[in-house]
Amino acid sequence: MKKVLKTPISAQDLEDLKVGDVVYLDGTLVTCRDVAHRRLIEYGQELPVDIAGGAIFHAGPIVREKDDGSYEMVSIGPTTSMRMEKFEREFIEKTGVRLIIGKGGMGPETAAGCQEHKAVHAVFPGGCAVVAATKVEAIEGAEWKDLGMPETLWINRVKGFGPLIISIDTHGNNIFEINKKTYNERKSSVLEKISEQVKFIK
Amino acid sequence: MEKEAAVQSLTDTLAKFTAYIGKRLPTDVKEKQAELRAKETNPMAIEIFDVMAENQDAADKLDRPSCQDTGVIQYFIQAGSSFPLLGELESILEGATRGATEIGPLRHNAVESFVEKNTGTNTGSKIPWLDWEILPGEDYAIIDVYMAGGGCTLPGASTVLMPGQGYEGVAEFVLDVMTSRGLNACPPLLVGVGVSTSAETAARLSKKAILKPVNARNANEQAALLEDLLTDGINDLGIGPQGLTGDNTVMGVNIESSARHPSTIGVAVSTGCWAHRRGQIKVNADLSYEIISHQDVQL
Repeated sequence: MKKVLKTPISAQDLEDLKVGDVVYLDGTLVTCRDVAHRRLIEYGQELPVDIAGGAIFHAGPIVREKDDGSYEMVSIGPTTSMRMEKFEREFIEKTGVRLIIGKGGMGPETAAGCQEHKAVHAVFPGGCAVVAATKVEAIEGAEWKDLGMPETLWINRVKGFGPLIISIDTHGNNIFEINKKTYNERKSSVLEKISEQVKFIK
Repeated sequence: MEKEAAVQSLTDTLAKFTAYIGKRLPTDVKEKQAELRAKETNPMAIEIFDVMAENQDAADKLDRPSCQDTGVIQYFIQAGSSFPLLGELESILEGATRGATEIGPLRHNAVESFVEKNTGTNTGSKIPWLDWEILPGEDYAIIDVYMAGGGCTLPGASTVLMPGQGYEGVAEFVLDVMTSRGLNACPPLLVGVGVSTSAETAARLSKKAILKPVNARNANEQAALLEDLLTDGINDLGIGPQGLTGDNTVMGVNIESSARHPSTIGVAVSTGCWAHRRGQIKVNADLSYEIISHQDVQL
């Protein structure tokens, strides 16, 4: 059976989740990326959306403005989460966000923030932006539009949004950090094998 | 007046083509992904491959950009010295980018440096980025369009090695990129490696390398050997689709090279994500055209 998280999300909802689990989201999902993080953390500007118990998406979508002034979600996939690593621990503390969705891994600071404040990071498969857009039922608002289309905070109502692969859980586990160790361990033997065969400078 | 009409016609064609490549992957990339999916044994990787395929079908049916990051638009031009619109091509390609931004629609991805404002048109200082090569005596132009998304642009790196580090150093440099930022760049990647004389010549060649077909093989046997060794070696790391482990991490490794200074080895890496959005079109002197990268296209 599909595991579905619904906003508002409680700490309890996340307690049993482990890295590698797959979940889906129903409720409100707000896009939030580089400049919004910077404004909150470095400049102390309050986020114009309350995301306590909520979910953010590291994403900069393509949105079409219709003639009546409403918005249509055209294409919305995740962006590289690692760019927000610098800010995320403090961001979680300040906002009370519970679910952070993005692409690729995040680092030890985010993992610490997730453990301290009971939040998770999940991966939505990168590049799959039309699949994601079809899970957006409506765009219910847009804030900080002065940042331009990719950086605006788009407030989306979503249904069955996923698959979301948990990459950092509330217990301090970080699947990318675990995997990275393995990749780096393998790298030396791979390099040794290649090096033997590419001694072209003689 | 006739020239004005010709300029308008080519601008329209290239705008439509630029928008088109954001929605449908080139034939070689599509086939490679089906091949990798069939070979994959890791269950998580298989699930991800299937979502990727579902996404491309949905993008095709709904006629939408398959990835929201439609990138900074770059054109790599091989222009015949007798191509009739040679002098107009720069402004034609700027017009094509503006047009594609509306047709796509494409995301607004040109932020003017230092001014720090998104121009909202995908055009700005030196953007779209143009790379020129002149074909002496020819009257046609071959144009490669590339959507340089942020995720797969981030791993880009270039350095200059000392000859003592040799091609072993080249391999190490490529592997280090793969195990750091490469993980997050939406693998399976097409990896372009430039081996040249300095940082910027290697960087340019590494980008040209990802414009070649995924199954391209370097004509030099030693370079081709390094392509094969890197392909197998990176796959052996087990990074997999989306960096979440799997058997297939790259679609291929392509090397482009030049001669070099005896004291230097310039090396660079450019990566193309699985949604490798590039297209190649040949425009003849009479402005008839042929799309080389994609089959059965109706613009």
